[in-house]
Amino acid sequence: MTAMVTIHYDQERHRVPAGRTLLAALEAVGMVFVRGVGCRGGVCGACTILYRLGQETDLRVGLLCQEVVAEGMEILPLPWFPQRKARHDMTLDSGESPDFRVINLYPEVTRCIMCGECSRVCPVELDVMGYVGMIKRGDLKGAARESFTCIQCQACAMRCPARIPQPNAALAARRYHGLHQVRRADHLAGAVARAASEKMKLTFRRLRRMSAEELRMLYQRREVEPADAPPGTWLPQDESLL
Amino acid sequence: MDRDLPNPFPEPLRSSARLVEATRDQRLARSRRGEAFPTLSLAERQAWVEDFHPDHQEGGRRELRVGGAAGTVLPVELADLLEAWPHPAVRIGPIPEPDLIADVLILGGGGAGTAAAIAAAEAGAKVVIATKLRQGDSNTLMAEGGIQVADQECDSPVQHFLDILGGGHFSSDPELAQTLAADGPATLQWLEELGMLFDKYPTGRMKIRHGGGTSRKRMHSAGDVTGLELMRVLQDRGAALENITVLPFQPAVELLTDEAGRAAGAVLYHLVQKRLRSVAARATVLATGGLGRLHLRGFPTSNHYGATADGLVLAYRAGLPLRDLQHNQYHPTGIAWPERKVGLLITEKFRGLGAQLLNRHGDEFVHPLEPRDVTTAAIIRECREYANGVATGEGGMGVWLDIPLIDLLHGVGTIEREFPGRFKEFHHKGLDLRVHPLLAYPTLHYQNGGVVIAPDGGTDIPGLLAAGEVTGGTHGRNRLMGNALLEILVFGRRAGRAAAEFAFNTKELGVPSTGHLEVFLEQLATAGVDKSRFAPILLPSYGGNLKPGQAVPGGSPASPRGEPVGRGAPVFEPGAGS
Ligand SMILES: Cc1cc2nc3c(=O)[nH]c(=O)nc-3n(C[C@H](O)[C@H](O)[C@H](O)COP(=O)(O)OP(=O)(O)OC[C@H]3O[C@@H](n4cnc5c(N)ncnc54)[C@H](O)[C@@H]3O)c2cc1C
Ligand code: SF4
Ligand code: SF4
Ligand code: FES
Repeated sequence: MTAMVTIHYDQERHRVPAGRTLLAALEAVGMVFVRGVGCRGGVCGACTILYRLGQETDLRVGLLCQEVVAEGMEILPLPWFPQRKARHDMTLDSGESPDFRVINLYPEVTRCIMCGECSRVCPVELDVMGYVGMIKRGDLKGAARESFTCIQCQACAMRCPARIPQPNAALAARRYHGLHQVRRADHLAGAVARAASEKMKLTFRRLRRMSAEELRMLYQRREVEPADAPPGTWLPQDESLL
Repeated sequence: MDRDLPNPFPEPLRSSARLVEATRDQRLARSRRGEAFPTLSLAERQAWVEDFHPDHQEGGRRELRVGGAAGTVLPVELADLLEAWPHPAVRIGPIPEPDLIADVLILGGGGAGTAAAIAAAEAGAKVVIATKLRQGDSNTLMAEGGIQVADQECDSPVQHFLDILGGGHFSSDPELAQTLAADGPATLQWLEELGMLFDKYPTGRMKIRHGGGTSRKRMHSAGDVTGLELMRVLQDRGAALENITVLPFQPAVELLTDEAGRAAGAVLYHLVQKRLRSVAARATVLATGGLGRLHLRGFPTSNHYGATADGLVLAYRAGLPLRDLQHNQYHPTGIAWPERKVGLLITEKFRGLGAQLLNRHGDEFVHPLEPRDVTTAAIIRECREYANGVATGEGGMGVWLDIPLIDLLHGVGTIEREFPGRFKEFHHKGLDLRVHPLLAYPTLHYQNGGVVIAPDGGTDIPGLLAAGEVTGGTHGRNRLMGNALLEILVFGRRAGRAAAEFAFNTKELGVPSTGHLEVFLEQLATAGVDKSRFAPILLPSYGGNLKPGQAVPGGSPASPRGEPVGRGAPVFEPGAGS
């Protein structure tokens, strides 16, 4: 016999098999989900739940598809939360720095009272308060790093007493950092030009005219770049396809 | 090593994991000397795949009897949906009049759909995205490993093209494969300009790796959350365009065409409100993604909740040719233990960085970076034919992926840095990837084939375009890792631009209807297809113990006892009444 535990989902009591994720356990007893489930793999943030355990007072946050059932869980699904989103087009006004732009878009970050609730609840264990502080201090690089695996579950935003839309601010921080502060890949412009060149078109035409057998031979004879060659250093002996 | 650190595995995984540790030093020394497990010849590859790949197994396939591809042999689960009646809501009620008119209607809000929407909107079109769940709930968001682009000095689109052809066993549509490779560098530049973050050196140069079947290092990544980062950025770009409207929880259940045979929009089914709605459009883009949630042959899947082949169903009914759907990609390394992670991916990037595949004795049995179908066949062969797999206790099997090698090869901290998402996730649950290997088994991952398209995404129906995983031809029978993310952007943007152009050239919108279904429905009736079988199923039926195609999870408008909801007589169901 499978051990069973009792949980409450959206105020309804369910006896579910122990050891499963909440999502699998609730489905096993016949529940069918439409909202509040996406990837089923812990990366999309669609299945955010708020829950409390038995007589504990703490409100916890989890993901329905990741959290394992526990006796006495009382669960509220949080399919959506109306956090503010600033409209922006990634440009900067003259003289404006990217970090200022992000603060201008999300001035709320300056009102963080450092209560730590966001970091406490984040189901992927990000230091949310930390990255909010970084945005506030103009450290977009740090904020991008700290918020990188944010799954936009919105739990932090919903709990924030200062009404800060952390995931949206972090998204802006990452993009402005990516566009305006990270160095561009120089080699890419060259690659774009080569891809569009007449020479490349001719080489394509040459291959497209080859017989199946010739193509196979060419494929079999490919020179393989060594895995440990630093980028941009190794070149094949036969450069006719470059 | 397990003397100091708790071994998190139950038996028999535990003793086998010890053997992995026991052989690690030797394997490491060989790796350091550059001695890799030998790769297979083309002939061996073919033999292994034919003998062990799930696509080739007896049983799970049957011949289609109805529609344009009658006679084609396909996986049973898919064939049953291609030969099914329309969604109950469509069968029961009249199709509502369109309440929204778009220049371009995009079906599917994943990567391909969102890229198409951005391209169409930037061209000035009024765009509507109708999607099944929330925008972004998609396979795109789940991608971990990376995106292939030929941008290095030693590489070129032609070289990339050659890898695509070979990886696909020379079965690709060469025109599409060429388009994919040739558009690569400009696409990557576009992503950089959107502010997407990539793994880079301080100079700005992107870090690159090999993927299975590549001759040059051209895998670009954003940690191990490349798809998440991509989807977040695409969605944010889309949100800045005021001429894009998103309709969430409103999957398409039928295409609309006009009297001239042009695409004219789609019928949507609101999953929450359980009602139909029609959107008329001058051009329509099909970007509904793949079919993992059909669980072909009972395999677990890496796909998101809504990957149920809807686009294929709609396209097939509308008479469009499909290709290569008998070939599905089973990602070689799905998680086989612990149970609650079963089916989820361990990205190929782990193998790209040196993690090896080992049997229960701790021995290598295949080069870690063969093309996917070959690696998958090799794992199944090792487990089934040679009984060298590790039994998980729940009837499952697996082989080890020796992840700790990565830190030994590239220095302490590499695993944590390269796989921040996965590392944290497992660490949190007591499995330290720096110390413990992971148990893996193939998982249903990618639909190689699909709707036949032209390089601009065009199909045989004027005004209907398609892009992304729903399409076929680019990769032929087998896709190499990293080419799907490139594909959705290259063809998504092309389809978006072509759709906008088609829309601008379409002066008069005809009368949208589902008239194109008539012939198909007659054929279904003649073939005696069971009336209770319908498609698209929209979501897999995990709750309520129902089989796919039996009822719509989340409630079909007809109750399980079949009482119709809504007014009106069946509109076009020939031979209805049974
Ligand atoms: C776990 C995982 C890891 C992967 N890793 C990589 C990788 O590293 N590199 C790589 O190149 N590729 C990878 N892939 C493959 C790649 O991510 C997908 O092939 C690609 O993103 C598909 O994009 P798409 O836009 O075509 O489909 P999706 O991104 O799946 O989007 C389809 C959208 O259409 C919606 N939809 C479905 N049916 C309907 C309907 N009837 N009406 C309206 N909307 C509908 C869905 O809900 C979804 O939002 C991975 C895939 C998975 C699952
Ligand atoms: S930072 Fe906020 S939105 Fe992002 S994952 Fe953590 S709690 Fe969720
Ligand atoms: S919850 Fe809000 S106020 Fe509290 S630390 Fe986080 S961001 Fe600051
Ligand atoms: S369903 Fe995506 S995080 Fe749970």
